[in-house]
Amino acid sequence: MAKISISNETQNLTWQRMKRQAVPFAYLSPTLLLLAVLSFIPIATVVYYSLMNNVIITKDPPSFVGLDNYVKILSDKNFFNALGNTLFFAIASVIAHFVLGLLFAMLLNSKVVGPVTKSLFRVIYILPWVFTASIIAVLWRLLLYPNGVVNYFMLGAGFSTEPIEWLSSRQLALPTVTFINIWSGYPFYMVSFLAGLQGISEDLYEAGKIDGASGIQLFRFITLPQLKPVIISLAMLDFIWTTHQFTLIWMTTGGGPVRATEMLSTFTYKLAFTSYEFSLASTTAMLILALSLFVGVFYVRNQRSANE
Amino acid sequence: MKKWLVGILMIAILLISGNVMMAQDPITLEFAQWWEPELPAGEFRALMDAFEAQNPGIKVELVSGPYSTTKDQIVAGAATGTMSDVVGLDGAWVSDFVKQGALASLTDLMGAVSYDASELAAQIQLNGATYMIPVVNFIYPVFVNLDLLAAAGIENPPATRSEFVDAATKLTDAANNVYGWVLPLSMEQPNGIQNDVMSWVWATGGSMMKDGMPNLVDNADVSSAMEFIKGMYDAGVIAPGAFSMREQDKVEEFTNGRVGMMVDSLAHINLIRERNPELKFAITALPAADGYEGPRGLPYASWGIGVAENSEHKAEAWKLVEFLMSAETNSKLSSIANAFPGNVKATPDFVQTDELFAAAFDVFQKGFLANEFVGLPVAENLMREFDEPFQLYLDGGMELSEFLSAAQDAWTGHF
Repeated sequence: MAKISISNETQNLTWQRMKRQAVPFAYLSPTLLLLAVLSFIPIATVVYYSLMNNVIITKDPPSFVGLDNYVKILSDKNFFNALGNTLFFAIASVIAHFVLGLLFAMLLNSKVVGPVTKSLFRVIYILPWVFTASIIAVLWRLLLYPNGVVNYFMLGAGFSTEPIEWLSSRQLALPTVTFINIWSGYPFYMVSFLAGLQGISEDLYEAGKIDGASGIQLFRFITLPQLKPVIISLAMLDFIWTTHQFTLIWMTTGGGPVRATEMLSTFTYKLAFTSYEFSLASTTAMLILALSLFVGVFYVRNQRSANE
Repeated sequence: MKKWLVGILMIAILLISGNVMMAQDPITLEFAQWWEPELPAGEFRALMDAFEAQNPGIKVELVSGPYSTTKDQIVAGAATGTMSDVVGLDGAWVSDFVKQGALASLTDLMGAVSYDASELAAQIQLNGATYMIPVVNFIYPVFVNLDLLAAAGIENPPATRSEFVDAATKLTDAANNVYGWVLPLSMEQPNGIQNDVMSWVWATGGSMMKDGMPNLVDNADVSSAMEFIKGMYDAGVIAPGAFSMREQDKVEEFTNGRVGMMVDSLAHINLIRERNPELKFAITALPAADGYEGPRGLPYASWGIGVAENSEHKAEAWKLVEFLMSAETNSKLSSIANAFPGNVKATPDFVQTDELFAAAFDVFQKGFLANEFVGLPVAENLMREFDEPFQLYLDGGMELSEFLSAAQDAWTGHF
């Protein structure tokens, strides 16, 4: 009799311990569920598609092809052309965003400029960020059209003798779409840097001045190191976002002329929605994910070291 | 006991009335298309109301959106088996949807009700079965700016390729930003390959296919058309910006009087008139190669219709197709759409009332509808795969034979 009661007591204790241990998971369950639905399941599905053939829209049943799709994509010169264009587009954008963002942030943070002028320029500088990608594409298409405003001024000022085909020339199209992306993206850097600059203690600059540091030395040894966490975070996030840019490219050039502005995003879209090759599109999506993860790992490590 | 009996009676009455009500519930057909937004407000719904009045047990729910959205919606529906019962189709999509098993055979549906198909102007068939019927057709003739033509001293619109080159050269005044012809080759919307490039081959009775396979290499008709376009490109008579230009840009250029001639859809006549009421323009058939006397192929785009394989109401869906293809409804629809009918007995009103449409109808009757991309697999992709080496050829990066070989190699993989 005594044995039975001890056994029941042990069972109750185990049950209570299990309940106690389950409580944190119960609190986490809505987030875990959301993560599963929004991230894990879609990613797992795309991984599955990339290893199969005949997926999504075909009468034939899917068949397992292993890494065949990866071999096919990695031996396609158009994929590497798109990868090269994407890297140029992303790296040039990130560098220019950084330079312009920091320059404008420092202008707006300067004590030389009055508060009214600062507010006015804050509005002007941030304007490109207000527009959506599709509006930006339409706007710049109109501006850069052979009969557009830009060519009108170029011809009028004598910089050119004939209309320049900014988006139709194989040589100019990639730099042009990169310029448009730079124009539309620098305000994000500017706002973030401005917040970072306003957080730097004046004491540091005063101490530097007492030590005889010049303006450039103050910038190099105080401003830049203080902004480093912001710079690294922004650069990594911007690189990932820019490699995913689709709307701007699609609506200005569609990846052309020829394949001069083909990006990984447009390459994937064409595979999926005009060739209906969803397996190959999933494969390129996985390769883009791998590229993003590579950068993402640096971002997380940087964040972790910053927190420590 | 009485209460018990009354209870059973009430339940029985409820059940019977419920069944009767269910039996009277109308069947609702979903009809996904891009037509309603392109027609005057309320006109297409009025046609559906007329159909519902004729078929009391059937309701039609219109799922309307722009062309590109409708395509994405149908692609998604085909993938998930949730396609609308009746769908608006472009001929370029048919082969892919049939491959996916998303479209029902209209041949079977017609056979089930012994439908007489002799009034249908065309049927898009694959593997011996009809999957799409063109409801109305928009032909692509040449639009000419009469004021520019007169200013250049040209009396009549060009009828042959050499006359076209001559006219384009005379019309071009680059210093004043005026060009003879406009050629949209955007990679985003590569339909310029169909409407503005390959149409020159079809206008001379040529073909880009042979025995169901691509036939671009060593094809005199294709080669001469490409050389003809390249000649104009090199001569600088084509409006700049061709490689990123889309169809709407082309129409804007013509409407604003910056180009003398364009190949375009009749659907844009009213748009051009609204945007520039002062513009004087005429319509003529696409010029053929010098010395060609045969009938001229006319590029066209259709508002096609099909029935989803996953539809649970195929018979009712066919009734809607039959209604739209009847001479009376088809006349009304083609009149409000400014298009040519898909029923041979239908006559749109505008042919009697509008001289431009009358001229276009004349062009339509003298020629034949030609669009070889209709029914081909991944048709839009084929246009893009042709566009790429074609741009290189125009730009001097490829020779004609290299370009045609590259395009043919890319195409052959899809057949």
